[in-house]
Amino acid sequence: MIRLAKVSKEYPRTGFAVDGVSLHIAKGEFVFLTGPSGSGKSTLLKLVFLEERPTSGQLKVSGTISSPRGVPSREVARLRRKLGVVFQDFRLLEDRTAHENVAFALEVTDTPAAVIPGRVSRLLTQVGLAAKGSAFPRELSGGEQQRVAIARALVHDPFLLIADEPTGNLDDRATRVVFQLLRDINAAGTAVIMATHDLDLIRRTQYRTVEMLHGRVVADSAVASPV
Amino acid sequence: MRLALRETLLAFRRAPLLSALSIITIAFSLFAFGLFGLVAVNIRDTLRHAEERVEIRAFVSDATPVEAVGAALGDISSFPEVAHVAYISPDSALSRARRELGEFSDVFEAGVLPGSIEIRLKAGSRDPASVKSVADRVGTYAFIDDVRYGEDWVTKLYQIRTVATLVGLVLGLAFAAVAVIIIGATIRMAVLAREREIAIMRLVGATDAFVRLPFLIEGFIKGILGGGLALLLTWLANSLISHYLLRTSFFDPAVAVLGVLAGALIGLVGSAVSVSRHLRRV
Repeated sequence: MIRLAKVSKEYPRTGFAVDGVSLHIAKGEFVFLTGPSGSGKSTLLKLVFLEERPTSGQLKVSGTISSPRGVPSREVARLRRKLGVVFQDFRLLEDRTAHENVAFALEVTDTPAAVIPGRVSRLLTQVGLAAKGSAFPRELSGGEQQRVAIARALVHDPFLLIADEPTGNLDDRATRVVFQLLRDINAAGTAVIMATHDLDLIRRTQYRTVEMLHGRVVADSAVASPV
Repeated sequence: MRLALRETLLAFRRAPLLSALSIITIAFSLFAFGLFGLVAVNIRDTLRHAEERVEIRAFVSDATPVEAVGAALGDISSFPEVAHVAYISPDSALSRARRELGEFSDVFEAGVLPGSIEIRLKAGSRDPASVKSVADRVGTYAFIDDVRYGEDWVTKLYQIRTVATLVGLVLGLAFAAVAVIIIGATIRMAVLAREREIAIMRLVGATDAFVRLPFLIEGFIKGILGGGLALLLTWLANSLISHYLLRTSFFDPAVAVLGVLAGALIGLVGSAVSVSRHLRRV
């Protein structure tokens, strides 16, 4: 499903953010991506959802190949409709309600208007926010805002959910709720890659853990030695 | 398209001040361009009126047979440059001179003024070279004593026209460039104000064409409104000048509509450039 072959990303000023990473993530897998700040986790995720192109090497994400030669913008849009992304800072539109934030993702991707309200309500129910659809982000707690962001990421029933430090701004209780939500989503068949610093969270489960340092994979619980 | 229109209207509603500022900025830069255009139109009209007065007068010798003059009139009227040709008899010349001189009308006596052939040229054939060419040909008739056409005046008129055209072209381009830059900057502000929205649209899989569309519509509408406002301001300025200073003419309706459409086009192009630059950058 996702295959990285000797992928590197070098920035002109700061050097290698990702350095020769090879990795395979299977369909329906839950993978923790861990490592200290600056270890290359976020850049690796950006490479997967095609926000960045590799400087060398090649990625294959659900049939789409990303290489230094780039990817056509139509292909980028096509792939992104098949995956969901959530961030530490939620990235919601402040001037739209929770319902409108989720609906927005459907509206801008040619979804027939008639099906949008029903699908948005179903997603908000799934993340436990059925009663908060008319609330603006500023009226929601951090955990609730992250759940709206997750609902938005799920609008196209993605095969993969990418979560970049999704609990980084949340208290323990909200972290537990959001993490359980991600586990439920994974249990329903969606693969999840979650970048996190939270070692307690990692220890509590048996999911595969990929550890990064200085842009390289230094440990992968799925294999005996670093890839 | 429906969604793009809704997003455009939302953008106006959510940031009314920024939208109003953009429209006013577009209006004022096009107003400056419009005022300049007005000056250019009026200079052109004045020069055209002056040009229409370019005429050649060929003085006919006394006792020239009427038939010879009639044949010459026929020849001259077939010259491609000639719009109108007429014979002014000595009597007609005298009565015209008396009419024009008013209280000094009695200084002329009958038989003082010679008969003449008066030639007016077609528009486009009033440049010094064409006028001289026609005058030279007319001067070859044996019964023509003298040909006059105000050579210095025609040359000077054309020099003024050339300078006015060049200055107009340079200033017009400069004003248009300033308008495009200002409009591009105001639209860039609108794009930056919605940077987060653009990022989310792309993140969830909106195509670049889809992201661009609301901005293009917004630029087009702002251009139309700015152009309309500029036209209104220019018309008001023209009315005030006409009323208090000197009589001036305004743009033809077709030119006025073209001006507003040019505003819309500038808005559209400014938007397209700003959004494309932004999409390339992110």
